[in-house]
Formats: sequence, structure tokens, C-alpha cells
Amino acid sequence: MYKAISLLSIFGVAVLTALVPDIAMAAEGGSGDLTKLGLAIGAGIGIGIAAGIAGYGQGIATAAALTGIARNPSASSKILTPMIIGLALIESLVIYALLIAFLLQGKI
Amino acid sequence: MEHFSWFTLLGLDKYDYILGSILVLILLALAGFKIRSALSRDDSVLPDEKFSIKTIFEILTIDFLFDLLTNVLGSRENAKRYFPLLAGSFFFIMFANLLGIVPGFLPPTGNFNTPVACSIVIFVMYNYYGFKENGLSYLKHFAGPVIFLAPLMFIIELVSHFVRPVSLSLRLFMNISGDHLVLGVFTNLVHYVVPAIFVGLGIFVSLLQAFIFTILSTIYITLATAHDTAIE
Repeated sequence: MYKAISLLSIFGVAVLTALVPDIAMAAEGGSGDLTKLGLAIGAGIGIGIAAGIAGYGQGIATAAALTGIARNPSASSKILTPMIIGLALIESLVIYALLIAFLLQGKI
Repeated sequence: MEHFSWFTLLGLDKYDYILGSILVLILLALAGFKIRSALSRDDSVLPDEKFSIKTIFEILTIDFLFDLLTNVLGSRENAKRYFPLLAGSFFFIMFANLLGIVPGFLPPTGNFNTPVACSIVIFVMYNYYGFKENGLSYLKHFAGPVIFLAPLMFIIELVSHFVRPVSLSLRLFMNISGDHLVLGVFTNLVHYVVPAIFVGLGIFVSLLQAFIFTILSTIYITLATAHDTAIE
């Protein structure tokens, strides 16, 4: 029974992976001046806001890690590892916004 | 922008990423054979005096990865059971990222397909381990804390589970390809000394992204194989 369930989950993932390119194909739009203006402003402001707020969030994370190290310098490596994980997870949200900015900028 | 790679000399320009992956796998296999022959001598418990491949891999696997996996997974038997998958993904992604720093090569993880392949493998395997460890009560993980919130929680948990391979692959792909793009833009801007800083950033990002991928896969496996103790 476990083999059947594992085979079924593998099959489901394979079907989803095959269908994703079909769903991701979007229709082409017009390319007047106003459209280009909107795309350019959207890409710039989007990545700007994402990077700004992520910088603030990473500052809070680093400040908490530094307070922990200052209280207990011998636990420094145990505090450093979760701090690095936290910073990378916050940064990955900026990477998603960067992807959208690239997609918008490619349509100009 | 134009990119030169050593594979253009062979005329196989379109298959840069596939040949890069094959090159990384050949290098890892060669390192594995050399370490195995070094381990089968009599005095293999002592570390080498000089800096050798065996020393690098010993530091990375025994000191770093094994202790990390024991801390996250909870026990040494679990760490030994899941070690091949996780350490294999760590070394492959680390060497694939670092191949982009070498002048004349494109990193295999800079194409969208390689990180998607790695994250689909992790997704399938952590579900498989969840079913193998818990049986059908693995599906109780999707039901949330209280039983009559189950239909709502099921949809939310399902979406969150399917976002995991997407986020793993997007994070790895965009970090490596965006970093390569930034290096290209700055080399166009200032030709001589300043791009060295970005090569250093590239090395740091390569190591960090391999580590993040492995840690997140370990956390997903831990969450999937957790036996539900009574939390009331």
C-alpha cells in the first residue's frame, strides 16, 4: 500500500510539472507608450519597495542576533547559523519581486 | 550580453548547462574514487598532513554537515539514513554554483531547469519519507490542530506544500543567475579592479545558497517524519 501511495504521489507531481508550461503561457498585449510607461514604473517601484522593506527586516534580524552574541559570546556559532538562515529566507522574498521586475521589464 | 565559454571551442554552445552538469558529476565521481582509495589504506583514521581533497571533504561532511543534520533531525540514526540524499544535493549544488566563478564556464544552476530538477527530487523524497515513516497518518499533518477546521486547513496546507519546491528552485535559480548578471553589468561598467569584489560576492552566494537548500530540505524532512506526540 505504501508503494501505491508513493507511486501515486510521484505520478501527481509529474502531471503537474507537465501542465505548468501550458498554464504559464500568457496572451500578448499591445505595446503603446502608456503601456511601456506603466511597465517601467511598475518594475522600478516594485523592486525598490521590496528591497527597502527587506533591508529593514534584515536589520531587525541582525540586531537581535548581535544582542544575543553580546549577552553570551560563547554561543556565537549557535546564534550565527539561524541568523544566516533567517537572512536568506528574507532575501528570497526580494528575489521573487526581482523575478516579477524582470518579467515586466522584458515586456517593454 | 555575450558570454564566452570553453564549450564554444567544441561547437557545443547550446548545451552549456547540460555539459556543465556532466562536468560537475565527473569531478565529484573522481573525488569520490580518490578519497575511497585514500580511505582503504591502514592509517586512514589519521588526517593527512598536507591539504588534500580528503581533508576538504572530511571537514565539509563530518565536521559540518553531519553535526548539522544531527542537530536538526534529532538523532544520529536519522542523520545516517538521510545523509546520502542531503549531502549529495549539498555537494552537487555547491560545485555547480562554484563552476560559474571559474572564468569560461556557465553555472548549471543558472538555467531554470537544474534547480527545478533538484527541488522536485526533494519534494518527492520528503513526501515518500513521510509516508514511509508515518503510514497513512502522514495525511493528518494536513488537517491542522482541530478536526472541524480540517477542510479549510487542508487547502491552506496543500498550497503551502506545493509552494515549497517552487520557492526552493526560484531562490537558487535567481540568486545564481542574478549574481552572474550583476557581475556582467559591473564588468561592463568598470573594466579592471572593481569586479573582483563581485567575484568574492559570487563565491559567498554560491556557498550560502547550497547551504540554505540543504538546511531547508532537512527541515522539510524533519517536519514530514515527525511522530505526533500528544501536544495537549
